[in-house]
Amino acid sequence: MNIQKILRFAALALSSVTAFAWLSTAASEDSSIVVASTTSTQDSGLFEYLLPIVKQKTGVTVKVVAQGTGQALDTGRRGDADVVFVHSKPAELEFLAQGESLKRYPVMYNDFVLIGPKEDPASIRGGRDIVQAFKAIKSKGAPFVSRGDRSGTHLAELKLWSDAGIDIEKERGPWYKSIGQGMGAALNVAAASAAYVLADRATWIHFNNKADLQIDVEGDTRLFNQYGVMLVNPARHPQVKKELGQRFIDYLVSPEGQRDIAAYKVNGQQLFHPNANDPEA
Amino acid sequence: MNTALYPSDLPIVFSEVHVRAHDTKILNRVTLTIDSGSPTVLIGPNGSGKTTLLRVAMGLAPPSDGRITWGSREQLPPLRRAIVFQRPVMLRRSCAANVRYALAAAGVPRDRRLRRTTELLRLVGLEGFEARPARRMSGGEQQRLALARALAREPDVLFLDEPTASLDPAATKTIEDIVQAVSSRGVKVVMATHDLGEARRIAGDIVLLHRGAVVESGAAETFFAQPATEEARRFLAGELLL
Amino acid sequence: MDGTSAWHLILSGDPALFAIVRLSLAVSLGATLFAALLGAPLGALVALTRFPGREPVIILLNALMGLPPVVTGLAVYLLLSRSGPLGPLGLLFTPTAMVITQTVLVIPIIAALTRQTIEDLWNEYRDELAAMNVGPWQGVSTLLWDARFSLVTALLAGFGRAAAEVGSIIIVGGNIEGFTRTMTTAIALETSKGNLALAVGLGVILLGLVVLVSALAWGARRAGERLGA
Repeated sequence: MNIQKILRFAALALSSVTAFAWLSTAASEDSSIVVASTTSTQDSGLFEYLLPIVKQKTGVTVKVVAQGTGQALDTGRRGDADVVFVHSKPAELEFLAQGESLKRYPVMYNDFVLIGPKEDPASIRGGRDIVQAFKAIKSKGAPFVSRGDRSGTHLAELKLWSDAGIDIEKERGPWYKSIGQGMGAALNVAAASAAYVLADRATWIHFNNKADLQIDVEGDTRLFNQYGVMLVNPARHPQVKKELGQRFIDYLVSPEGQRDIAAYKVNGQQLFHPNANDPEA
Repeated sequence: MNTALYPSDLPIVFSEVHVRAHDTKILNRVTLTIDSGSPTVLIGPNGSGKTTLLRVAMGLAPPSDGRITWGSREQLPPLRRAIVFQRPVMLRRSCAANVRYALAAAGVPRDRRLRRTTELLRLVGLEGFEARPARRMSGGEQQRLALARALAREPDVLFLDEPTASLDPAATKTIEDIVQAVSSRGVKVVMATHDLGEARRIAGDIVLLHRGAVVESGAAETFFAQPATEEARRFLAGELLL
Repeated sequence: MDGTSAWHLILSGDPALFAIVRLSLAVSLGATLFAALLGAPLGALVALTRFPGREPVIILLNALMGLPPVVTGLAVYLLLSRSGPLGPLGLLFTPTAMVITQTVLVIPIIAALTRQTIEDLWNEYRDELAAMNVGPWQGVSTLLWDARFSLVTALLAGFGRAAAEVGSIIIVGGNIEGFTRTMTTAIALETSKGNLALAVGLGVILLGLVVLVSALAWGARRAGERLGA
């Protein structure tokens, strides 16, 4: 008899926990949108800071799915997101050209920095020329970690190799480690294997496991990292929440939204520089 | 159950019954009649087919050839027959719950089950064991519980497959006493044993099996005093039948 | 977030953390429940019936216990994506999707273990049940009841698998903060962000849960033994 009572109680407890948790998540579905963005943006902590503000000022609940830039745009192509918010202009323009969105809005930029180990095997510390640095790394065969995940950071890295006249796919060796993961993971690997890695400044500042890594090269304009936001084309995917999505976008590019973005600081440093007004961005 | 309305399972008549498994003959042209009265005891070496004969007579295994009838009926469900297996399996419950289960399966109404359980447990000498987990009992106790379960349905025929094979003399006596008591109440007992002493103590009729065939059968007194066949003589003399 | 503040967060019952733990439990418990409702009868059915192709089915069930979570996650993702067959349901990136994929992972575990348990028990009970002229439905419920401790162990095994996995739920759930972030996905995220202290803290909670489930399974086995299994 006792066992039956226990079993009955357990069944009741089980179903009520399940129901409770479900109900509490179901409630917020109506005013929410799915934004496909990148892991580096998420790792920088921007969304943790900004999304409550967005909710408060626009009433929109933003659910961020963080992936690499390529993945995020594919998520938009499949119609699984309402808005895409990434940082690779060529990929974004392609998205636009394919008719997957009707308009691209520049939002902000942050910059990349080249991180390296204490030993500095390629002797590039303190330089301001990123292309020279990449050449040095290749010629010395110094360990280098690549994101390898078609993210904006990865695409920027590939462009820099190409600017340095290096066909990295052909000329890579064991020194070049392509890990196929996000910025945080790449930094972890770089810290653990005393390697160089290209990172966005935001993630770097926010990163908690720096070990003995430090910034070796910064400030080169080729390290500029521009963010753009797009509403997924409702004509292609009728279920896209276009009104809520546009409200989110309008907030980001509004003077108030731009001020909020600039106000985000980590360790006293501003991470993102709003430039929605820049027609070249 | 109202026995008057329900036709009896006896006599159980085997006509040229064969049981084959994987090209081996387990029962070979068995022709036999089991009728009401004193206990019928099956004897014979291991592998002679005693267990199979009991199972077929119980209705658990169909013959490969030949016919069996119960009270002139073919394919009668075993509502009035019961069997105690050589190694009975206890349900993972208490003793009383095991008996109640058998009573429920036999269609005994719920309000009568408690009283019947107590009666049956007392009959087999397990009063006080109601709450004991059935699987935690000794071999002899489990055998007795299996008997109680079998008797739950008030059978006309009770089959027992070597019930005392693994028991010590004291437990053996207990079981034999219960069997005698049950038999004297009018239940037809059909028991297999490899203990000739037990056969002498219990049997009214003897059936000697060897390699699946009935070698000899008849009244126990006659069989033990003057066996008709050479094999029976040798078996009673303790020789190995090959 | 440094080490001490991470532990403080955990010990002080921070609501965001509480939400993560609650979601983890709801998803894994829910999945186990559905997997049990579907898998246990399936396992019992396979145990007790004979049909052509039965052996391959048993081999398949056992093999599916080792279904890689990421593969399952990918398959469910393709099903639930807006461009997929079940797209109109709009289930991608929701806790429901996570329950679905974990249910798929857990069903083979429960079905295979149930089949084994019930088949073994039926082989044991078959003669006695036939001798007592027990009908098929009554027989099935007898087997299920008598096997209850082993069945509970199978459920706990299924729950353990669900609670520990991350590969499938991170794909179909998207690890969205406040909505589809569970303990395992949060640990993956915090590790990749370098917040190792917080990841460790969450890991300790998850380990505690795993140990608890293991203890319950042990208790179920002992209770079964006391009844003389």
